[in-house]
Formats: sequence, structure tokens, C-alpha cells
Amino acid sequence: MIRFKVNGKEKTFDGDPDMPLLWYLRDVAQLTGTKFGCGMALCGACTVHQNGAAIRSCTTPMKEVGGAEITTIEGIEPMHPVQTAWMEIRVPQCGYCQTGQIMQAIALLKDNKDPSDQDIDTAMSGNLCRCGTYQRIRAAIHQAAKHQAAKETA
Amino acid sequence: MKLIENVSRPVSRRGFLHGALAGGVFVLSARFIPEPLWAAEGEAAAPFEPSLWMSIAPDGIVTIVAHRSEMGCGSRTALPLVVADELDADWSKVKLEQAIGDPKYGEQDTDGSHSVRSSFDLMRQVGATGRVMLIGAAAAQLGVSPKDCTTEPHFVVHRASGRKLGYGEVAAAAAKLPVPKKEDVPLKPRSEWRYIGKESNSLFDLPEIVTGKAIFGMDATMPGMVYASVEHPPVLGQKIKSYDDKAALKVPGVQKTLTIETFKPPHVFQPLGGVAVIADNTYAAFQGRKSLKIEWDSSPHSVYNSAPFRKTLETTSRQPGKVVRNVGDVDSIFAKGGKTIEAEYYAPHLAHVSMEPPVAVAEYRDGKVLAWAPTQNPQAVQETIAGVLGIKKEDVTCHVTLLGGGFGRKSKPDQVAEAAVLSKQLGKPVKVVWSREDDIRFDFFHSVAAMYMKAAIGPDGKPTAWLQRTVYPPINSTFDASATYALDEMGLGWNNLPFDIANHRAENGPADYHVRIGWLRSVANIYHAFAIHSFADELAHNANKDPVQYLLDLIGSPRIVALDLKGDEAEEAKNYPLDTARLRRVVEIAAEKSGWGKRPMSKGRGMGIAAHRSFLTYVATVVEVEVDSKGQVHIPNVWTAVDAGTIVSPDNIRNQFEGAAVFGTSLALFGEITATNGVIDQSNFHNFQLARMNRAPRHVDVQIVKSEAPPAGVGEPGVPPFAPALYNAVFAATGKRVRELPLSKTKLV
Ligand code: FES
Ligand code: FES
Repeated sequence: MIRFKVNGKEKTFDGDPDMPLLWYLRDVAQLTGTKFGCGMALCGACTVHQNGAAIRSCTTPMKEVGGAEITTIEGIEPMHPVQTAWMEIRVPQCGYCQTGQIMQAIALLKDNKDPSDQDIDTAMSGNLCRCGTYQRIRAAIHQAAKHQAAKETA
Repeated sequence: MKLIENVSRPVSRRGFLHGALAGGVFVLSARFIPEPLWAAEGEAAAPFEPSLWMSIAPDGIVTIVAHRSEMGCGSRTALPLVVADELDADWSKVKLEQAIGDPKYGEQDTDGSHSVRSSFDLMRQVGATGRVMLIGAAAAQLGVSPKDCTTEPHFVVHRASGRKLGYGEVAAAAAKLPVPKKEDVPLKPRSEWRYIGKESNSLFDLPEIVTGKAIFGMDATMPGMVYASVEHPPVLGQKIKSYDDKAALKVPGVQKTLTIETFKPPHVFQPLGGVAVIADNTYAAFQGRKSLKIEWDSSPHSVYNSAPFRKTLETTSRQPGKVVRNVGDVDSIFAKGGKTIEAEYYAPHLAHVSMEPPVAVAEYRDGKVLAWAPTQNPQAVQETIAGVLGIKKEDVTCHVTLLGGGFGRKSKPDQVAEAAVLSKQLGKPVKVVWSREDDIRFDFFHSVAAMYMKAAIGPDGKPTAWLQRTVYPPINSTFDASATYALDEMGLGWNNLPFDIANHRAENGPADYHVRIGWLRSVANIYHAFAIHSFADELAHNANKDPVQYLLDLIGSPRIVALDLKGDEAEEAKNYPLDTARLRRVVEIAAEKSGWGKRPMSKGRGMGIAAHRSFLTYVATVVEVEVDSKGQVHIPNVWTAVDAGTIVSPDNIRNQFEGAAVFGTSLALFGEITATNGVIDQSNFHNFQLARMNRAPRHVDVQIVKSEAPPAGVGEPGVPPFAPALYNAVFAATGKRVRELPLSKTKLV
């Protein structure tokens, strides 16, 4: 029996311990905001937070989440400054990759309050967007950093 | 099914409208009728049509039907915005209802960059008719003449007294009024548009997308459903000889295996066939597949090897083909024996790889199918499932979710048919999930192409004759297994060269298919523009001319280019003539914005240009590259100028063209699908790479030309000029002329 938390709620799992967290979230817990894109940690669509750090849930087996605190997009209180910036810059096209992008960006901004373009490229290049919204993602992260700073000084 | 419907669409569809009162809600529907029946409009009253374009509830909430799919291009938002504008509705009180697949909406294939183009006038009429009826009802209630009333968002206002009634208050009365004739429905002048063309427009689904609440096909469920993953025949057309599922059935969560019959050619959108693993969840289904042992029979397509196939295409491209456009006489010019230049270009297969792989959930019950799918074409879902299961098209109901990208792949609903076939066998709803590997290996691929170009050069360096041949397995092979010519695809940048050259001939040669071929964002325009604009740049450098000036010289004076078109293309050209003034303008704007010829270029830096009209939209793109000491290409800047006629949402258009530059980067730098003995070599993002943030253009500037011309396409036209502009920039930076896609195959240093 694996015990862990998802978005603050206690959970247990006694299925296949090799099952990736992604499929637990989507098919068992019905938290479908986390997306499947590749299953090989190549695209970032499945990004969630494990104890606050961004991870790829498609390659994280359930046996590794015991005791962990998992946060998915559903566990982010809207509108988070990153989500606000995403709306303002009108980042999404199809939107499929965007929850993964947002989770990655939130994790980045937690560690780095004012990331440079270079920092953003490094943090975000694991997240593919076939629609090609990278320019807007970069702009939105800068904007979110400003929102976050304003919130903190307020 | 005729291919032409998918690549070059007839625009001659009209609808008429009628009002009705359904459950206290004012509804307005337009029923599409074929052109010849149009005359009958005034005679017979339309039968009650449950297809609703819009309704207004007593609380004022306006519900507008979105009959186009949303895959990221903005169609689902754009068309309702047009209705809302003419209705004078308050957008914050508008809800969208996604239409199911049904011919009563007319054609619903969200493809070919034509959603706004084909439905703009009708949507305006729907909104404007509703507005006239609301005014009529309000005027009666106020005891005034409709002529003395106007509207402000969501209210009818009596001008003189300022008295007003909300749309919700008069909706029920409006529904009882006769529907005014088209002539009696004034459309707003452009100056009064509230939403059309406005910066403030954003995607309707934006809040749901950023909070993870948006429902894509991958997220659709049905009560009691099981999950399925299908092991397809590795080579197109193979059938199962035998299979052993013992090990698969031992995998935790696996319930059983089922087979799907291999299609009979032509494959169209039928399932590929194979063995399906049915399981409690997606992971178990994927795992179960790994333990299947399947023996496949042979297929004629196992001869497919990309390297020799390329040679075949190139050999064909050196032979005369079918002439698709002829101006003057190129042969007599070549025969004179003056200076000529020849070049050959090559472009490989590409896969769509929308971030959401193909997926669908369907239930078969009592001879009927209910499906939820991320499809660009819900009517094709109906047709395909009906055909495969032998039921009536009307007995297939297809709901459309949001699409996690489409790019043309999701016009083909083979995975939805798989779900229906499996559900029929199981007696339960089935969700079929394709892995990324399935998506890449079993795509309807963008075709592999070889182009041969030859020009005779006059004393001024300009071509006096220009011959171009293109050879590739046609999309039509998907519908007709004997098809070898791509004559239906010549409108995609081959039979409409906009250059002012006295002698010109365009040809198409034959090629066999060995994988499923389909349309991918901008389709044959990709390789056609690559060949034409690489060649134009070669000629410019050969003549020692500036490429922008040379391009403008090639385009020549402002004029309507005489084209030799037939059928639908000829019809379309009446409303959308090929206008070199518009093409020149985008070239000039892109060049000016980029500082062409004025910016000092350090070593390893260079700029290139290409301009291409596709989907009736004029686009010019300048790409700046920096080639580093390792030969890696970086793209600091892209400038694109776009003339798409009348537009609905400018910011969305910028987003589309920014995205097209990234899509273009992916195919120019990395994109290549190859086959060995009929089996596709690539499988996931490690060997079919896409541009990531660190390789994508750092800055894309999009200039939209103000235009009152009829609306044209925006989803696709940004793609074709990108690769040739990039390659021309690489030439400027390195002196290396590369004539094949993708660039990663060529060492630059
Ligand atoms: S699905 Fe996990 S990185 Fe792609
Ligand atoms: S918005 Fe479509 S994949 Fe990123």
C-alpha cells in the first residue's frame, strides 16, 4: 500500500507499483489536467510537482511517490500569478501542453524570482509545444515574475 | 470522397434562416441547402430544423453553436464572435455549444484554413437576422416603430426616448416573428464592428485551458468504459497471421485481447487493423501490448525503403510529367542554348505529432454509435464508422471535444472507428488511446517530394524561361489506391507561380505510395515553396542581385495573375484573384521591418526571404540566422508580414504566425520520417525532434496588413515561406546552398 498526498488530500494506492503517476492521476484519480504526450520524459505535458519540484509524472512510478506531496494543476489555486500572466499574454493555442508548461513555470518561479531569458530557456526547454507558443511563454513568465513580486511587496 | 474538397474548398454554399420557439427559448437556425435549391427559399416554409445556430434564453444568455473544431487556430471562437457582433450581443453573456457532426451545419471539416472564409457571411447573417427580430419584438412591446430603434450590447433601445429592453426580455416574442428576408436584414458597416478585427478578442476557452479544466479528447470518459491500446500492423496493409496473447493476459489490469480487421484498400480512414489489448487503465493496455506475440503476413508495401525511393522520385522528376500550367514555350528558349541553371530539391515525409495523440471514446449499442473525439471532421467520423460497421451514418453521433492540436491529422478518424469496432465486440464503451509511438509510426504522413527546377537566364539576370516539376505520392492515394499523380494538389503552390516570366511550365510526375499520405498544415505548399523560393534565391545570387529586389522583380508589376484554373479553383479565383500588388506589399513590409540591407551582419549571420500565397493569404517572411562555430543554427529573429484579408482576431493571428515560425523551424531543422522495409524508423520525440524553446526563433514579429478583402486563411499560410527563408539565410551566412530538408542532415561547418 502506497500512501501519499495529492493536492493536499491523503491517498492510498495498492495497484501495480510500476504504474506511472501520470496514469494514476488521469485514469484512477480522474485528474485530467495533467496530460499525456510521450511517456518518455521528452515533452513535459505530464509535469506535476513532487514536494514542490517539477517532475515528469509519466516516468515516475507509483512506488516512488510514497510519502510524497503531489500537486497537479487542479491543486493550484486560480488565478495564480502564472495563470494570470498566461491569460494576459494569451499564450495558448490548442492548450494541450499548457498545464505542463504552467506547472513547470510555477516551479521555476519558486526557485528563481526573476529569471533571465537564459534561465527560462533552460527551465522550459523540456516542455514541447507543437503549436509553437514559446515566445509567449517566455513573455508570460517575465510578466508572472512581476505579478509575483508585486504580490509579495503588497 | 474527392480530395479537392479537402484542399481547395467550394465556397458556394448558402443557408437560410428560420426562427422557432423551443421551450421558451428563441432559436435561430440556418439550414444549408445546395445552390440550385436556393431559388425555392421563398416558396416552401422550411421544415423545423433542430440544428440551432443560436438561442437566447429569458435570462439573456445567448448560446451560439460552434460548428468548427477548436485545435488551436481559434475557429471555435472566431465564428461565434462574428454572430455576436452582428447580433450586438454582450460577449460576456455568450455561451458556446459545440456542434455534433451533422450535415445540417454544412461542411464541418476544420481543415484547409477556411473556417472563417467559408462561414463569415453566413455567421454575419445569422447574427444580423436575430438582431432584426429582437428589434421587431422590442418595438412592438414599446409601441414604437422598429425603424426608431437601435441596439447596444444585449439591449434594444428606442432612440428618441432612450427606453430599452434586454434581449432576454424580448427573446420569446422575437421567436414568434416571421424571419425577415435576407434583403431586409442590414449588416453592420465595418466601422460599427464591435468584435470583428478587435485586439481584445481572446480564445473562449482560455480560462479553462490555464486551469486544466478544458476537456480534450484525451480527457473524455463514458461510464463503464474500458481502455484499449492497439498493436497495428508494422507495414501498411499487413494482416494478422497468428498471435499469442498468453503473456499479455498476465499483465496486471489487462482484461482481454480483441482483433481488428485490416482494411481493404483504399484505406481511406478505416482502421489499420491489429490486436487490441483491453484493460482497466491506459498503462495496463500499453504494458499488455509489449507482451503480445504477433505474426504478420506480407504486404506489398514492405518494399518501402526511403533511400532508394528518393532516387526513384528524383529520376522521375528529371523526366517530362503532366503539364499543369503552361505559359509561352520554355522548350524553345532552352533550345536556344543560352545560360541555364538547374537545381533539385528534396523534402522527406513528416509526421504531425500534435501534442495530444489520437484518442477517442465510443459506445456501440443497439445498432447505434455514440462517440466523443478530438476530431477536425465529425462528419467523417460518422461516415467512417457507418462504413466500417455497416450502419447508417445518421446512427452515429459524434461529439467534438477540444483538440490538443490537429494540423490535419485529426481530419482522419481511424482511431474513433477503432473504438467503435471494439465497443461493438465488447458490449461496453471503449476508450482507444494511441501512444506517441503509434502516432508517429502510423500517421497519415506529409508526403515525401522531389522537385526539379530549370531556368534560362536573360542578359539582365532575370529568367526568360522557368520549368518546374514536382513528384510525390499523392494524398489521393488515401482514397484511390491506384492514384499516382497529385493533380488535385497543384493549387497548393504549383499551378499558380506569381512570377512575371514569359515562358513558364509546371509539371507533375507520378509516384507510388507505401504509407498513408495525408494533409499536414499547409500540405504540398511546404515543399513547393521550398523549391520555388530556394531557386529564386539561387537565381538572385547568380545574378549578383539583392534577393529582395530580385524577388520583387520576379513578381513584377502590380497585376492580377492570369491562371489556368478549372472547377472549384476557378470559382474561388473570382473572389480571390492572385494579386501581385498584395504579394509585393507583404514582401516590402517584411523587408522593411527586418531592416533588410541596413543591418550589419557579423560573421556567421545572414538573412533570407521568401513570399508565398497559400489558402488565399499573402505572406512574406524574413529569417535571420546565426550559424555558430559548431554549425548549429540559431534564429534570433523572424519578421512576417501577412495579408489575410478581413480578419476576426488579430492577436490570434499573430499567435498563429508565431507558431507557424516554430512549426517551420521544426520541419526545416529536424523533421524527417523514413521507412525501412515498410516500417517507420522514428517513434518518439528523441528521433523525431521538434523545435524546443532553446532552438525556436527567439523573436517573431508579425505585421498584419489592413485589408477589406474577403477573409482568407490564417492557420496554415505562415508555414510555407519559413523553410526557404531560413535556408536562404543559411546561404547568406555560410555560402552553403542546401537543397534538402531538414538542415540537420547537412554539416554546415
Ligand atoms: S508525457 Fe511525460 S514528458 Fe511527455
Ligand atoms: S498550445 Fe498546443 S501544444 Fe502547446
